[in-house]
Amino acid sequence: MPEAMLETPMLEIKDLHAYYGESHVLHGVTLSIPAGEVVTLLGRNGAGKTTTLRSIMGIVPRAEGSIRLQGKELVGLAPFRIGRLGIGFVPEERGIFASLDVEENLMLPPQVQPGGLSVAEIFELFPNLKERLRSQGTRLSGGEQQMLAIARILRTGARLLLLDEPTEGLAPVIIQQIGRVIRTLKEKGFTVLLVEQNFRFAATLADRHYVMEDGRVVDMIPNDQLEAKMDQLHERLGV
Amino acid sequence: MGTVFGIPPQALFGQLLLGLINGSFYALLSLGLAVIFGMLNVINFAHGALYMLGAFVAWWLLTTVGLGYWPALLVAPLIVGAFGILLEKTLLSRLYKLDHLYGLLLTFGLALIIEGMFRHWYGSSGMPYPIPDALKGGQNLGFMFLPNYRAWVVVASLVVCLATWFLIERTRLGAYLRAATENPVLVQAFGINVPVMITLTYGFGVALAGLAGVLAAPIYQVNPLMGSNLIIVVFAVVVIGGMGSIMGAIVTGFGLGLLEGMTKVFYPEASNIVIFVVMAIVLLLKPAGLFGRER
Repeated sequence: MPEAMLETPMLEIKDLHAYYGESHVLHGVTLSIPAGEVVTLLGRNGAGKTTTLRSIMGIVPRAEGSIRLQGKELVGLAPFRIGRLGIGFVPEERGIFASLDVEENLMLPPQVQPGGLSVAEIFELFPNLKERLRSQGTRLSGGEQQMLAIARILRTGARLLLLDEPTEGLAPVIIQQIGRVIRTLKEKGFTVLLVEQNFRFAATLADRHYVMEDGRVVDMIPNDQLEAKMDQLHERLGV
Repeated sequence: MGTVFGIPPQALFGQLLLGLINGSFYALLSLGLAVIFGMLNVINFAHGALYMLGAFVAWWLLTTVGLGYWPALLVAPLIVGAFGILLEKTLLSRLYKLDHLYGLLLTFGLALIIEGMFRHWYGSSGMPYPIPDALKGGQNLGFMFLPNYRAWVVVASLVVCLATWFLIERTRLGAYLRAATENPVLVQAFGINVPVMITLTYGFGVALAGLAGVLAAPIYQVNPLMGSNLIIVVFAVVVIGGMGSIMGAIVTGFGLGLLEGMTKVFYPEASNIVIFVVMAIVLLLKPAGLFGRER
């Protein structure tokens, strides 16, 4: 067991079950993320990756089991209390607000802890946003909206970032830029849980990969073993 | 003195002023409805009853405690707002997971109960409420006589409407409100207590109705039916302006008041229906309203 695993993990999920109405979507997800790592959730559509993130944020209709953030139990807390504990969330649909301009979108999430990036540091990472501050949030290109969605959670002091398919539908040059940003965040000590379909992209950043299938974690692959397990992974992900 | 389009200017400007006064109330009430609808998705049919309650609270304050118009202008909306918060906490909040229609039915029922109780206690004839001393009298503008109190109502309503617009469209708090209107789940995930925001928004919208009631008391008298007479027109205003649009509610409120006044001058027979004719045309051409976004 690597040394980091002996400390209290940043995030530890045990036997997580989640339900949308009658349908049982997660069937006992268990995973652990040490502080400072970038970890991906890989899997096909419908495997339960997004539901896992939404369960962490407390925004699925029903979740059971245990989700601990630095030892503190999250299951059962009101969603706004979870947000205040220092988890930044970028949803799959990005969640840029149409009735807010770019600056309002950027400044919307309240600071919940000290240690967030300053606005100047954020503009260094995302220079495009600085020129578009007065634009309506949803007038930005898809890539710019993705960057805004990431940028606005960096101000808050959150140390754990949940990114749901940040590269989906974006041009290769934008994907590279987002990759650079995630590497920079890792250097700054952020912990990142990344949902990805694109495991070539994931392989360039992540320390470890959890593979999900039918609402369960079926494999954990350290990044250095990814090459060796490529065939198996291709089959699992159906790519 | 000459005439304007064959109408004596006294009559023309008199009706325009009346239109502006009505428009002030349309704007204040439809603004509250728009704020509430945007955040709660509830069509607040109790709005007219709460406007009436505002006037009654002012009247009670005057007749039982001896608290005059100026303090009532602050205290009555606070009391009505607090009552609204109680309604939201105990009744409305149970309905958010259901269709909009249930909120409408609940608030419609509440309006009937509140108005029924007041009619039982006070009958349907109005109680006079005196114009405050500082605003008695008026100005002779040459082309018309302008009563001070009426000028004050127009200015006060305009200031409150624009301040509300500023609060919602230009401040951090307003940004939370707009964001939560669009996507409450994500706003919660950012650590913002959306349920409390919803409660306070309802209290605020309802307090605006209470304020309108206090402003109306010296003009229309304090009457259990004053709300139900007004609220149907106000709903037409909201539909024309577009559900949930703040500036839409303000502009449409004043605009339709003026239009109604003009109609009284040029074609009095149509003055009672002109707003509903406009509503029908707007619904045909632009179903989301003049300022509304399609949802």
